[in-house]
Amino acid sequence: MSNQEKMSGERRRLIVATAAVGGVGAAAAAIPFVASMLPSERAKAAGAPVEADISQIEPGQMKTFEWRGKPVWILRRTQAMLDSLTQLNNDLADPASERSLQPAYCKNPHRSYKPEILVVIAICTHLGCSPTPKLKEGAEEGMTSDWKGGSFCPCHGSTFDFAGRVFKNKPAPDNLEIPPHRYLSDTRILIGEHQEA
Amino acid sequence: MATQSAYEKYKSDGSLLGNLLEWADARFPLTSTWKAHLSEYYAPKNFNFWYYFGSLAILVLVIQIVTGIFLAMHYKPDASLNADGLPVAFASVSYIMNDVDWGWLIRYMHSTGASAFFVVVYLHMFRGMIYGSYRKPRELLWIFGIVIFLCLMAEAFMGYLLPWGQMSYWGAQVIVNLFSAIPIIGDPLSLWIRGDFVIGDATLNRFFAFHVVAIPIILLGLVVAHVLALHETGSSNPDGIEIDKLKDEKGVPLDGIPFHPYYTVKDIVGVAVFLMIFFAIICFAPEGGGYFLEYNNFFPADPMKTPAHIAPVWYFTPFYSMLRAMVWNFFWLDAKFWGVVAMGAGVVILAFLPWLDRSPAHSIRYRGPVFKTLLTIFVIGFLILGYLGTKVPGYKFFGINFLDGDIIAQIFTAYYFLFFLTMPIWSKMDQCKPVPERVTWK
Repeated sequence: MSNQEKMSGERRRLIVATAAVGGVGAAAAAIPFVASMLPSERAKAAGAPVEADISQIEPGQMKTFEWRGKPVWILRRTQAMLDSLTQLNNDLADPASERSLQPAYCKNPHRSYKPEILVVIAICTHLGCSPTPKLKEGAEEGMTSDWKGGSFCPCHGSTFDFAGRVFKNKPAPDNLEIPPHRYLSDTRILIGEHQEA
Repeated sequence: MATQSAYEKYKSDGSLLGNLLEWADARFPLTSTWKAHLSEYYAPKNFNFWYYFGSLAILVLVIQIVTGIFLAMHYKPDASLNADGLPVAFASVSYIMNDVDWGWLIRYMHSTGASAFFVVVYLHMFRGMIYGSYRKPRELLWIFGIVIFLCLMAEAFMGYLLPWGQMSYWGAQVIVNLFSAIPIIGDPLSLWIRGDFVIGDATLNRFFAFHVVAIPIILLGLVVAHVLALHETGSSNPDGIEIDKLKDEKGVPLDGIPFHPYYTVKDIVGVAVFLMIFFAIICFAPEGGGYFLEYNNFFPADPMKTPAHIAPVWYFTPFYSMLRAMVWNFFWLDAKFWGVVAMGAGVVILAFLPWLDRSPAHSIRYRGPVFKTLLTIFVIGFLILGYLGTKVPGYKFFGINFLDGDIIAQIFTAYYFLFFLTMPIWSKMDQCKPVPERVTWK
């Protein structure tokens, strides 16, 4: 359209309205496609609790269980391991687990319901790798000589103590997450359901 | 004078072929397109070695598309376990390698092609940096190139998940979790990308769809835009001067030669040399010493266990080092978020080069010692970042404590960004040599 012909107000309004309605339609059309990429109903339903038998875990040993596609460690800590926890507070990023995720019944210095049994999701809070257990003290498993035991994330080098608490100045911001869990008996734990109060 | 229609311009010479061409030209811009982009597209006559990599990038793109089509005929994007307890996707790659006739060749062409693509593209980008190809009026051309680079990274990353090996799985886990570092929307966003609470079948299927359909279409569109932008502004050259300032009476640049046949024939030499190296790697070292295909990826994905040493493929490692270099919390945001920012900014900052560079001379041939020194350190730093990205955290050069890889990576990450951010200052100060009127060549 040339400059001489001024567009009438009505025509302009109609053009703008048509374009706006078309734009809204195009945006609305995107909704089903975007939504289809969210976890499906089946994926959402797949998070059933998992039962773990801990009777075979000796003190100082751990076992891995799968819950919601993630590794969950159950570690039966020795008294020495529990004692090491109290000496580390100054080296930890979140020693009292203030900003980390755990059920209320695990928000304590040892981060567990029963002091010796640690149930923890073995997924690093940095970028989701699974840490490698480095349970032995010192340099025996490739750690530094002052290593007190815990786990080490091979991806970006975050280190965690025997309560899954992250050490300072490491890429992981938070302690390892403690999943909801419930003791069915002394030797059986149901991962994925909360302890009854 | 009214512009002539194609029908009037391209008349048949009377031969059968001529008649056919005339018929087509009246209905489709055939001859005019051929002329505009090939036989009468005038490129500077002084292109050197560095100017092979644009056409080689197109060659590798074609190799990837063709081999990809044939791989898709046998590959299955399925994370469920088969009767042998192996993930179906992983087993289908083994099947291609062992049971499909010539499957090994097609698969190795594709996997080596991915690395070759990045080799060629990095060299192509470096050419742009040394000869100032991004300078006005080629800013948009350069930006299209950076977007192509980003698409290529997405394409390579999603393709790497498909074999469903240990590296595929944990690499995807790390990269998708990068998005969760974004404040507020991060967690829902990474959930949306994965399509499940963990990397799983949903993720594998959608990455397959993106890898074979969505991104290649975008990539092809961008390549067309890149070439159209190039042919609009004309090619730059190793002297970094404009050849269309001096033209003969027909309007042909004095220093220009038709792309076809001159550069099409020259590029055949580049293609031949490239293919010799390419197939030598495929036949004698298809795993590229663990750099092209990582050893851990020969183990099927295990969501319960991260391999002891996990690193991205070599072409991501410089940026991966930048990610790891950020270990401090700034403001109220975690180091994790800043790592992601550094990684993203490392690529995006390249797009600003046309405005950061204020040097009077465009080409390294006429630029001063400051540029040459800083660029040399930049290249060395980038290579060291790339090397460190393949190593475990806490790596020490030669085992010497003083040469701590983590700190060296932080230093070169800082250098990388300072190189760009301070460029407006030092590029203006540098002592440039006078730029010639005509291109120089022997």
